Amino acid sequence: MDFLLSITPWPVLSALLWIVLIVAALYFARPTAHKLILKMGVSVQRLFRTASLSVTKAEARLADRNREVLLAAGREAKERIVEREFDRINETVRKDLANFSVLHRSLSESITRIEEDHATAVDVPPDPPGWVKAVEAVAALDSKDNRVGVGGILSNIHESMMHAHKEAMTAYRRASRKRHSLLRKMRPEWRRIQQTLDNVGKNVDSLLGRSATIDRHMQEYEDIIRGEDRAVSILSSSSLVYFFVSALVLVVAVGGATINFSLIARPMAEMVGGTNLIGGFRTADIAALVIIMVEISMGLFLMESLRITRLFPVIGALPDKTRIRMIWITFTILFLLATVEAGLAFMREVLLHDELATSAILRGDAAAVTTNEYMWITTAAQMGMGFILPFALTFVAIPLETFVHSLRTVIGLVAIGLLRVTSLLLRLLGNGARYLSVVVSQIYDLPLFIPLWWAARDAESRSSRNDSLRKVMP
Amino acid sequence: MRRLSIAVACALLAACTSSSTPGNSGVYMLIDTSGTYREEINKAEQIIRYTLSRLDATDSFAVARIDTGSFSEKDIVAKITFDDRPSMVNQQKRQFAEQISMFVKEAKSSPYTDITGGLLQAVEFLNEKQPGKKKVLIFSDLKEDLEEGYIRDIDFDLDGFDIIALNVTKLRSDNVDPREYLARLDEWQTKVESSGGNWRVINDLDGLDGLL
Repeated sequence: MDFLLSITPWPVLSALLWIVLIVAALYFARPTAHKLILKMGVSVQRLFRTASLSVTKAEARLADRNREVLLAAGREAKERIVEREFDRINETVRKDLANFSVLHRSLSESITRIEEDHATAVDVPPDPPGWVKAVEAVAALDSKDNRVGVGGILSNIHESMMHAHKEAMTAYRRASRKRHSLLRKMRPEWRRIQQTLDNVGKNVDSLLGRSATIDRHMQEYEDIIRGEDRAVSILSSSSLVYFFVSALVLVVAVGGATINFSLIARPMAEMVGGTNLIGGFRTADIAALVIIMVEISMGLFLMESLRITRLFPVIGALPDKTRIRMIWITFTILFLLATVEAGLAFMREVLLHDELATSAILRGDAAAVTTNEYMWITTAAQMGMGFILPFALTFVAIPLETFVHSLRTVIGLVAIGLLRVTSLLLRLLGNGARYLSVVVSQIYDLPLFIPLWWAARDAESRSSRNDSLRKVMP
Repeated sequence: MRRLSIAVACALLAACTSSSTPGNSGVYMLIDTSGTYREEINKAEQIIRYTLSRLDATDSFAVARIDTGSFSEKDIVAKITFDDRPSMVNQQKRQFAEQISMFVKEAKSSPYTDITGGLLQAVEFLNEKQPGKKKVLIFSDLKEDLEEGYIRDIDFDLDGFDIIALNVTKLRSDNVDPREYLARLDEWQTKVESSGGNWRVINDLDGLDGLL
């Protein structure tokens, strides 16, 4: 620095000289420097733009892939739903068709019985009483004219006729009673027919309802096959909802597993020792964790074997006989593990009591050793939890499957978002570099304001001189 | 590839090998039964019970009396190394507590006090057990009184040992000249620290939280 200021005997003059020299150098290098700065800005902008384009392409590719994954998942889900609906229809139809012959026979029999009863119950009109009235008139005449001979015969005829009439009336009443009885018998038959027809109606309605549902699902399925944006949008939002719901359920399941762990970790020390370590962790804790993991695995296999979940296609594709065998095997292992857990939970309580008693004895508080008579409630509750939790954890398979499937989509969406933000940032940086180069070139001009002002003034005077010359020499 | 797989298998085996816990503790408690200090033995029982409640599986604990010649296994009143199983540990603790109760009832006063011999025995015992932490509790007034002929001018190796003096009561002579008491404490502290051990004194038996 001193050297720079010592080129003349006066430092101020030296400094001024240097300033003039630098300004002059900068002024003469100005066009090249401006060009260089602007070129650099443009180059950096292009670099970032290329990077941004590349990221945008990657984003587009990922979006396509995500869309494909989403559509494939949606297609599979719809296929499962439609398949299950068809299974249900098949079940209904099979059940009804299997009973149709019985139903038909029952209806025919009921109708035949009704027809027979109806035919039997036809009302027979009583004998016309006209000639009886004539006999009565003759009998009355005969007794009025004191004609005993004919009158007696006619009276006898009258009596016998009256007797016959009474018998006919009695027979008629009996027949009527019988007809009424037959009609009464027909009522349950009518009801049975009505009930049967109602059942048939319900089944038909159910089939119609299911067919409408299938129609709706098929429509959605076709939308998915065609890859329509609406279908993708619905699937995407559903996927997000499934992701958060399944994550919530999994968190609950993790809570359950933690409780389960605390139930069995302590008594596990009785089996594998309380102080042995594997890789820095207590063997008892690892053993308890392994038991819980095995239970969850068995639960997964059980759910797969039952075809409730489809995480392992190999299990789903097994022959039915093998699959059913697998169901029993996994269930048995799960049951045994649950029993072991219940035993360990009991052991935990025993150990706890023992420890409390020992502590009380060591404290010299022997009275505290007496057991609480209601302690069996907590023991039973712990045993119950130890037995139930493994089975409850079995159902983790369902949210886990949903979580795994929706996770792909969610990761895809997050990655797309990140790539989009990256692309935007790169573009912003590129443009920023471009404008920065402009700003730098302006800053470059800042110390050159005197020569620039001078040059501008000179250019102005030249242009005014040229104008005046043009005016003088047209 | 083969070497790599062998190395991985070895690493897995090493990880799976159940390691003996280095975090276990070994506690050796010396109880002075000489002269009037015999009357303090009930306090020693409390400390033992407290210590028992704080010890866990695979820890070792021994209680020995300080009498005329304490460098002897015969002076060990009770000793135990706790089992790995929690249920057994509880059972062992109870049995140990019973043994100590019996000792407290039957302990007799001894004419001499061989603290150094007891400490040597403690060091030997704990070195044999090789616990992670080694603690020697000395329940005494720290006034050593050796019978004629007993040689206790021996160098210790107390590296890794915590020596804790408990209930160091003041003698009548200490009351007359407290320098005696302070000199006694200093002497023991120097002896322990020069041998590589850590020295502590706890006289307030209500504040035993930092004992183990």
